[in-house]
Amino acid sequence: MAEQQTQATETGPRPILPIFKLQPTPHLVGTKCSCGTIFLDTKRLACSKCGATGPFQQVDLSTKGKVWVFSVVHQSFPGIKTPYVTVIVDLPEGVSVKSNLVDIDPEELEKNPQKGFGMAVELVANEVAKDRQGNPVIAFQFRPSKN
Amino acid sequence: MGNVYVLGTGMIKFGRYPDKTVPELGAEAALIALKDAGITIKDVEMFASGNLYQSNAMIGQRILQQVGQTGIPVINVANACATGSTAFREVYMAVASGMYDIGMAVGVEQMGKQGLLGGGGGGSDPAYSTEGRLGSGLMPAVFGQAGMEHMRKYGTKLEHFAKISVKSHKHATKNPFSQYRNEVSLEDVMNARMVAYPNTLYMCCPTGDGAAAAILVSEDKLKQLAGGRKRARVAASILTSDPYTDRTLQLPDVSTLTRRAAQKAFETAGIGPKDISLTELHDCFATAELVHYENLGLCGDGEAGKFIDEGGGKHPDLGGKSPVNVSGGLLSKGHPLGATGVANICEVAWHLTGDERCKERQVPNAKAGMAHVIGLGSACTIHILTV
Repeated sequence: MAEQQTQATETGPRPILPIFKLQPTPHLVGTKCSCGTIFLDTKRLACSKCGATGPFQQVDLSTKGKVWVFSVVHQSFPGIKTPYVTVIVDLPEGVSVKSNLVDIDPEELEKNPQKGFGMAVELVANEVAKDRQGNPVIAFQFRPSKN
Repeated sequence: MGNVYVLGTGMIKFGRYPDKTVPELGAEAALIALKDAGITIKDVEMFASGNLYQSNAMIGQRILQQVGQTGIPVINVANACATGSTAFREVYMAVASGMYDIGMAVGVEQMGKQGLLGGGGGGSDPAYSTEGRLGSGLMPAVFGQAGMEHMRKYGTKLEHFAKISVKSHKHATKNPFSQYRNEVSLEDVMNARMVAYPNTLYMCCPTGDGAAAAILVSEDKLKQLAGGRKRARVAASILTSDPYTDRTLQLPDVSTLTRRAAQKAFETAGIGPKDISLTELHDCFATAELVHYENLGLCGDGEAGKFIDEGGGKHPDLGGKSPVNVSGGLLSKGHPLGATGVANICEVAWHLTGDERCKERQVPNAKAGMAHVIGLGSACTIHILTV
């Protein structure tokens, strides 16, 4: 009973994945191996690059990066608005992130794909759904950098 | 390791068989292979079945329940799109090791009109599903981006990818086992509905049903059973998984494991890409075929666009060179996941032995052929066959 009450009072925005932190400002975290490789995980048993079982440290990741490649998705799951841009973003820490690229015209990008490669982008927190308890689910997405 | 030969092969036409079961489809291919080999199930000493979507359902044993239950060892294999070719490799290793003289591999799949593959996440509450919210894990987008990497590095155009689809469809018109046998023009491909840029509808393989089987024998058994028939030798059977590379955890790297497999396969077979008469490679999307031209050494790095423009990959009858996917490839012949890897090897074996079943599309004077498969996640097999 006590647990249910606790859950009921903890309403509010929820990150879509545990690697996404909403506070103090929205940012991603990674787990860094002593060999320098960063994984988009909150914990690791071992490093899949060097095989070390530790030590690992949690690191905050930059909210700015550059587009490696992208695709414009025209056919997707029911309820997903298309077309949208799926993108691989390289962060300065040496790790890459997959997400949506928003605030851009997908059709324009198809006409001139070279414009997308290397594009400077920044992380933006967007509500993408409400969960079963009614909490807003917040995703990390990217948009063309404003500065 | 002893020499291993493909004694018999069986394939059913790829398509849709809603009234049949997976074991039935597999059994049909197995029976054709037995007849082709000129042996019975009583001669077969071990069996490997490749099927992905019912990998927990003992498909291998259920195939033998239709073909003949002789009590032999059966292995059920699942390895994404490389499922069938991995089953083939299990049989290859069993025979090469000397433990068995005759083994059979069957690859089979029933997908029906299943839609897009891949994507997902989110656990029990769909509000946390990542597909379309944190980018796409759907196959057309994943492989689309493999093509985009090539576009980024080398300025490759949409037309290059489209030309591959035109070629594959043209090839398929000569293959009665192909799910689709219609020709498409460059305009048809370029103007078709976009699925995930740069892959339009005709640059994506279909889903479907199919089965293929191969019977492998030792050199001693070949001498007893071949009866003067020309049979292909398995000169290399290589399996790799994806090593850690930058970005591969976000965008599967389909190139590095293919390059490693190709290098090992050529070393093992003692030949090079120039010696390959025909290649069946994993063109799940047109973008994939383009990058694999380079990964398999059919042309140099950055030269895939030029290779296509100059008729690379086309059947010699169409004025091409280094023929690729003369079966129609996954794009036209179809891609019933578990069947694909065995079917590709059958196609290569047929050309090397002048089999009736590839008469209309025979690559002239074929001496060596390569069959390549990628299962995303990832697994890569390369088989080189020679005569």
